[in-house]
Amino acid sequence: MAKVLMKGNEAMALAAIKGGCDAFFGYPITPQNEIPEYLSYHMVNEGRVFVQAESEVAAINMVYGAAGAGARVLTSSSSPGIALKQEGISYLAGSELPCVIISVMRGGPGLGGIQPSQGDYNQITRGGGNGDYHLLAFAPESLQETVDIVKQAFDLADYYRNPVIIAVDGLIGQMMEPVDIDKEVPKMKLDPKNWAAEGKSGERGSRNTIVSLHLDPYDLEKHNLKLKKKYDEMIQKEQRYEMINMENAEVAIVAYGTVARIARSAIETLKEEGINVGILRPLSIWPFPRKAFNELPESVHSLLTVEMSLGQMNQDVHLADKCRHNIEFYGRAGGVVPEPQEIVDAVKKIVRGRN
Amino acid sequence: MKTQTVYKPTEGLVKRDLTYCPGCTHGIIHKLVAEVLEEKGLLDTTVGVASVGCSVMSYEFFNCDMQQAAHGRAPAVATGIKRVRPEATVFTYQGDGDLASIGMAEIVHAAHRSENMTVIFVNNAIYGMTGGQMAPTTLIDQKTTTSPMGRKQKDTGLPLRMSELLATVPGATYLERVSVHDPKHVRKAKKAIEKAFDVQTNKQGFSMVEFVSTCPVNWGINPTDSIKWAVDHLIPYYPLGVYKDATKEDTNES
Repeated sequence: MAKVLMKGNEAMALAAIKGGCDAFFGYPITPQNEIPEYLSYHMVNEGRVFVQAESEVAAINMVYGAAGAGARVLTSSSSPGIALKQEGISYLAGSELPCVIISVMRGGPGLGGIQPSQGDYNQITRGGGNGDYHLLAFAPESLQETVDIVKQAFDLADYYRNPVIIAVDGLIGQMMEPVDIDKEVPKMKLDPKNWAAEGKSGERGSRNTIVSLHLDPYDLEKHNLKLKKKYDEMIQKEQRYEMINMENAEVAIVAYGTVARIARSAIETLKEEGINVGILRPLSIWPFPRKAFNELPESVHSLLTVEMSLGQMNQDVHLADKCRHNIEFYGRAGGVVPEPQEIVDAVKKIVRGRN
Repeated sequence: MKTQTVYKPTEGLVKRDLTYCPGCTHGIIHKLVAEVLEEKGLLDTTVGVASVGCSVMSYEFFNCDMQQAAHGRAPAVATGIKRVRPEATVFTYQGDGDLASIGMAEIVHAAHRSENMTVIFVNNAIYGMTGGQMAPTTLIDQKTTTSPMGRKQKDTGLPLRMSELLATVPGATYLERVSVHDPKHVRKAKKAIEKAFDVQTNKQGFSMVEFVSTCPVNWGINPTDSIKWAVDHLIPYYPLGVYKDATKEDTNES
C-alpha cells in the first residue's frame, strides 16, 4: 500500500482498527485527543464500540469488563490520565486480561504541561498500580514503527493475557509523517478465549469467573508465580531494540522514542567531525533490552543516556551495563525537546574528557 | 404415597455455603436474584459483576459467568461487558459503601448513559466487610467504628438517598427500593427484581433495585433486633417504593 500523510494520534487510532480493536473506552486529555476523536467516528462507522467515559478511572474499568468478556479493547490517555488508570491496570494484570493502552506522554509532575516528555518511563515500566506485575511496554520512534506495534499489540496482549502499553511522547502523537498503514506485521497463533466471562456459561457447559482476589496467601503466591512465568517469557522473547552505527563507535547513545530520532541527526554531525557514535535504541522499555548491552563493540568506551526526563531510563542503563562502561547522562525536562546540537555537545564533552 | 416438590434450591446459586454472617439479608437477596435469573431462563447468558465489600465473594455464589470489579467500579465494568456483549444479561451486585461512596461517579454515569443493565444495591447503612465504619448512608446518631459518638450532620452531612438521587438522572429507567424483612416484603422484592431484569431484556435501559438490609454484627445487635431496627429506623429514612418508572415513556432507540 502507498504511504499516506497522517497525524500520529490519528494513525495510531486507525492502526488500532486495523489491529482488530473491538472497543475503545477513553476520556479526553491533551495531547492524545485526536485518538478518541478519530475513533468516535470510525469505530461507530465500523459497527464497533466507542464510549467516552466519565473519567479515566471509569474508562480503564470499562476496558476491564470488555476485555473480561473476550473483546479486543483499547484505551488511550496521557500522563496524569495514565496515573488515574493505574488501579485498573493492576486489576487487568492481576486478572490476566489483555488490552492495549496508548500513553501520549506530556510533562509532569502533577498537571505539568502539555508539551512532549518522557517523564513517565518509571510510571510505565515500574507501574503505579499495586502488586507484582509488569506491562509489556513499547516506545517507538516513528509513525511507521508506532502503527506497526499498535497492530501487533493486540496479538501480544491476547497471547500473554496481559496489558500492553505503547508509550509515545506528545511529539509522535502530534507530528505528521508518511505512513503505510497496511504494512504487514507478524501475526501470532492465538488460542480461543475459553476463559472469557461473556454470558455463555450455557453454551460452554461451565461458568467462567474473572477475578484478581485470592484470599489464601499460598494461592496468591501461586498466582504471582504463574504471572512471573509470563513475565520471564516476555523477558526472553520481547526484548526489542535497534543498534545504529555501532561499528567502531567510541560512544553509544542510549535513547528511545523521539530522542532517538534527534540522536540520529546528532551522530551525523559528529561523523562529519570525525567522532564515531552509535545509538542503542530500546523499542521495548519493559522488558528493557538488556541483551543489547552484550552486543556493544569493544570500541565503545562510554555510554550517553539521553532522555526527555531527568534520568529515569538511565537507571535501567546502569543495571543493564553492569559497570562495563563509563555512563553519562543528558536530559531535558518539562516538555523541552533537546536540539541535536545539545547531544553533539554532550558527546564531545565525554570525548574531550578522555583525551 | 405420592411426593410432590414444593420447594427446591435455585439452580441460580452454586451449591456451597455462603460466607455471610447470621442474620444478614445478603443470603435472601442472593436467592431472589438467582431465582429470577433461573425462572426467566437467563442464567446461561448472564454476566454478573461482584463489587468490593461483603458481597465481593458473590462471584463464587451466582451460578453464571461472573467478573469481580475494583471498589466502586462495578457499573463501569458492567458497561464494558454490556457494550461488547449486548445480547448478554448484565447485572452488578453492590453495597452502599461501594455504590454510594467510592463508586458514586460510576453509578451516576451508568444511569446517565442509561446503560442497559441491572443494579442490585444492598444498603445496610454501614461498611460491613472492613469492620463497621461509617458509610454515606449511615443514619444520624448511628454509632459506627468511625463515628463512635454517633454520626453528626456537622462534618459528615446527612445520609445519602441513592434511589431518590438517581431518580433525578434523566437516563435512569427503573428505580425501586424494597426490603426483605418479612415474607410479604420478600415477595414484593422479587417482583421488583423481575421488573428490573425485564427492563433490561426489553432494552429499556438502566434499572436498579435498592434493598434496605441489615448488619447485625456491625450494628452490634442480634438478627431479630436488626430486622426490627431496619424497620423502625432505616425504612422511615429510606422509604420503600418505586422512585422512577420510565418504561412506559420509552425513549431509548435500542
